Parts: sequence; C-alpha cells; structure tokens
Amino acid sequence: MARIARNLGGLLGFALLWEVAVRTGLVPERFVPPPTVVLAELGELVAQRGFLADVLATVLAWAIALGLAAAIAVPAGLVLGSAPAVRVATRAVVEFLRPIPSVALIPLVVLLVGSGPEAKIALAAYAAVWPILFNTVYALGELDTVMVDTARVCGAGRARTLTSVALPHAAPFVFTGIRMSAAVALIVVVSTEFLAGAARGIGRVILEASSGAARMDVVLAATLVAGLVGFAINEGLERLGARLFAWSPVAAGAL
Amino acid sequence: MTLLQVRHLRHDYRGAAAVDELTFAVGAGELVCITGPSGCGKSTLLRAVAGLVEPTAGEVRLHGDPVRAVPDELSFVFQDYGRSLFPWLSVRRNVELPLRWRSVGRAERAERAAEALAGVGLAGVDDRYPWQLSGGMQQRVAIARALVTRPALLLMDEPFASVDAQTRFELEDLLRRVQRARATTVLLVTHDIDESVYLGDRVLVLSRSPAHLVADLPVDLPAERDQIGTRGSAAFVALRGEVARRLRAPGDPAAVG
Repeated sequence: MARIARNLGGLLGFALLWEVAVRTGLVPERFVPPPTVVLAELGELVAQRGFLADVLATVLAWAIALGLAAAIAVPAGLVLGSAPAVRVATRAVVEFLRPIPSVALIPLVVLLVGSGPEAKIALAAYAAVWPILFNTVYALGELDTVMVDTARVCGAGRARTLTSVALPHAAPFVFTGIRMSAAVALIVVVSTEFLAGAARGIGRVILEASSGAARMDVVLAATLVAGLVGFAINEGLERLGARLFAWSPVAAGAL
Repeated sequence: MTLLQVRHLRHDYRGAAAVDELTFAVGAGELVCITGPSGCGKSTLLRAVAGLVEPTAGEVRLHGDPVRAVPDELSFVFQDYGRSLFPWLSVRRNVELPLRWRSVGRAERAERAAEALAGVGLAGVDDRYPWQLSGGMQQRVAIARALVTRPALLLMDEPFASVDAQTRFELEDLLRRVQRARATTVLLVTHDIDESVYLGDRVLVLSRSPAHLVADLPVDLPAERDQIGTRGSAAFVALRGEVARRLRAPGDPAAVG
C-alpha cells in the first residue's frame, strides 16, 4: 500500500508541475495542453467505441508479436545455448541482425507482408526476439555443472537434462527476457502504426490527430493510453514472475 | 564379496594426470573413506567411479561389469547441496526425482520418498522448498534422495564439508546409522582425517597429484561409534596419527601399506 501511495504521489507531483508549467506560460499551451485538458480529452476518447477498438488492435498485435517472439527465441536459445558449435557459427549473423532498428525495416516488411497488421506484428516480433534469445542463451551458460552431474546420477539422459533441468533453471532468466521484450514490442507496434499507417491502433490515432488539425490534446491523451497499457503489462508480468519464480534468486533480484 | 573394483585407473585433466595407477576394491556393505591432500584428484576419482567421466586408462567395475555410463544402482551426494538440490522442486519432489526418472509409479514414489525422508530424520517438510531449510536439513534431503533408489553403491564427495561442526557430527552419525541399517556400500571422500577414521571401516590414503594409493588402513574401531567416546579412544588417536603420517610422507616407499 505504501508503495502504491508513493507511486501515486510521484505521479500527482509530475502532473502538478506540468499543469503549472503550462499555466504560467513556460510551455506554449498550443503544443502542450495541460493535464486537466488532456485528461478531459482522455475521458472523451475512452467514451468513443472506435478508440477502444484502436487500443484493442494495438494490444492484440502486441500479444501476438510477443508470443511469436517467445516461440522463436526460446527454442533457438536452447539450441544456441547447448550447442557451442552452432552458437559460434551463427554469432556473426546474430550480431549483425540485432542492432538493426526495427523501424528501419518498415519498407522491407511492408513490401514482404503488406501494410496490414502483419507488418507491425512482424516488426515487433523481430525486435522482441533478441532479449529473450540472449537471456535464454545466457541462462544455459550459467547452468551449474554440479546440477548437471546431479541430474545424470539421478538417471537423466541428455534430452531429459535439457527439458527437466536446463529448462526450469533457465525459466526465470527467460521470463526476464520476455518482460524486457514486452516493453520493446509495445514501442515497436505503436511506432509502426504511426510511421507506416494502420487501419487501427493507438499509433494511428496519434498520427491522425497530429496531422492536419494538430489536436495536441488528442495526441497526448492517446500517448497517455499507450503509457498506461505499457505500465499495466509490466506490472502484470512482474507479479506473475514473482509468483511463478519465488524459488529463484533471479526472480527476487532482477524481476 | 567384492562390489567395486578400480584397476590401474588413470585420469588426465588438462594434459596432466590427476589420478594415476589407482587400484583398490570395495566389498559389499563396507564404508570406505578416501582422504588425501587437497586438489589431489579425490573428486575426479569419484566422478570416474560414478561413470560421470571416462577414465583415460584403467577400468572401474561394479558387480564385475565395467562402468561406462552412470549405473542405475549408484547414487551420489555432492558437497554443495545448494547446487545439487533443484530449487524449483519441493523437498518431496526432489527426493522422488530419481524414482520418477526410473518410471516408478506415483503411489510407490510417494511411499518410498516418505520412507527415505523419515530415514534421515526429516518429517513434515515435504512441501517446503530446499532453500527454506537450513544447510544441514538440505544435506539430509540430498542424502534421502540418494537413498531413495536403494543403491548398491553410494558415493559421497565431501558431504559434510559445508555444514557447521555440530550438524556435521549429527550427519556423520546419521550416515553410519543408515549405512548399517541398509548394508549400503559407501565410498566417501573427505579431506578431514578425523572424519575419515570416525566414519570408515577402511581408510584409503591418496598421495599428492597425480594421486595414487599410499595406504589402505583397516579401522579397528567398534561398529557402534560415539562422537565423544570414540574420538577420545586410544585406538582412534593412534589411527588418526597413522593416517596423518601417511598423508605427510606420500613419497616414502616404506609408507605404502
């Protein structure tokens, strides 16, 4: 409770500073409307059916992208983490692909899969693969030799050691990777909606409001919603992680 | 009856021999302690006996059969319970694990795990997690897990080196008790001379690396041992001195028993 109260206090303080900065003319109101105006606009936005569909479209694309990324990165990480030869052979490719900003791939992806929801899903999945992949590989590298020996004397073969020992050992690290990727994926989904245009999505709302009439109150209200979605996702994953991995020092420390 | 035979065992580690020309046998039901200078290859020897590493030369036979992989009827207790117990499994599930991996049915698993836990003096902690227990209790869980398969041979690598002195005495007595009750054959590595004499029916003394056998000393102490009485007895003190002398003069040919 104390933590929530403190968080709320910080939030209120920030809103107050923002309000004062605009009201005193420190920041031009035309570009940055004060929070009272933005909140009122937010209320109106939420009341519109269309806006909720936009939020839903963004969240759905985010969820599919994150699921795809995990489905690709965890098995790939298990292979790379347990087969040093494969890891060495793919290192150059991985290190080349990883730093490419997802948004730079928008033209390519639009050509390949069209500008429908597939584009933002593909780009977000691409960006979300890396943290999960690296955490999985790292976790396997951290696997204790005593633990592996224990598994072997308890009767486990190679395959069973991988599924029953390496995998649960890696799970909290993988989950941390998923949490990092969750934030990245949301950023990429909204960015792609904004940069490449989309039929639905928070990014589309921002794009439309900022072009033409330049309704900065709508832009900021939609941005606020994107932030709230991100906050809710992170909070939910944090709680899930604490519950699932109470046994892990990784969970206690890094999550 | 001979259970375990180690013949001309040699194991190279990073190009140098860690263990060389090691030959000894362990009879069924014996508790044999191996001691030697630190870093002399005691752990390597145990890993080779367990089939965890393939020796460079020589052979290990269990029941007369060469050991090539980890034998089913063998269990291992490691020094570091914190790295050996699986933290994501409850105590009961840790103990049941070797049975589950040997496809033992659920009901029998539960029954044997409960029996093994009771055997090491742990009751009512089944649903706790290892990291919620003290070090001594965790090592008891590891011992229960090793005994749950009713192994013919139990290997222990410095099993009591990570617990406090009081707990150590308790666990030593526990080991002798369960070992005698089940007639389990035990091969135990320790760097502690007193412990090797207190626990063992025999003490094997190894030389500095590359380790070979410098002495094979029978322990003529009564089977019923007592931390205060036994450790204070003249026979114990004499044996302890003997082991220490053999440890100190590994190169002396006259010392080879």
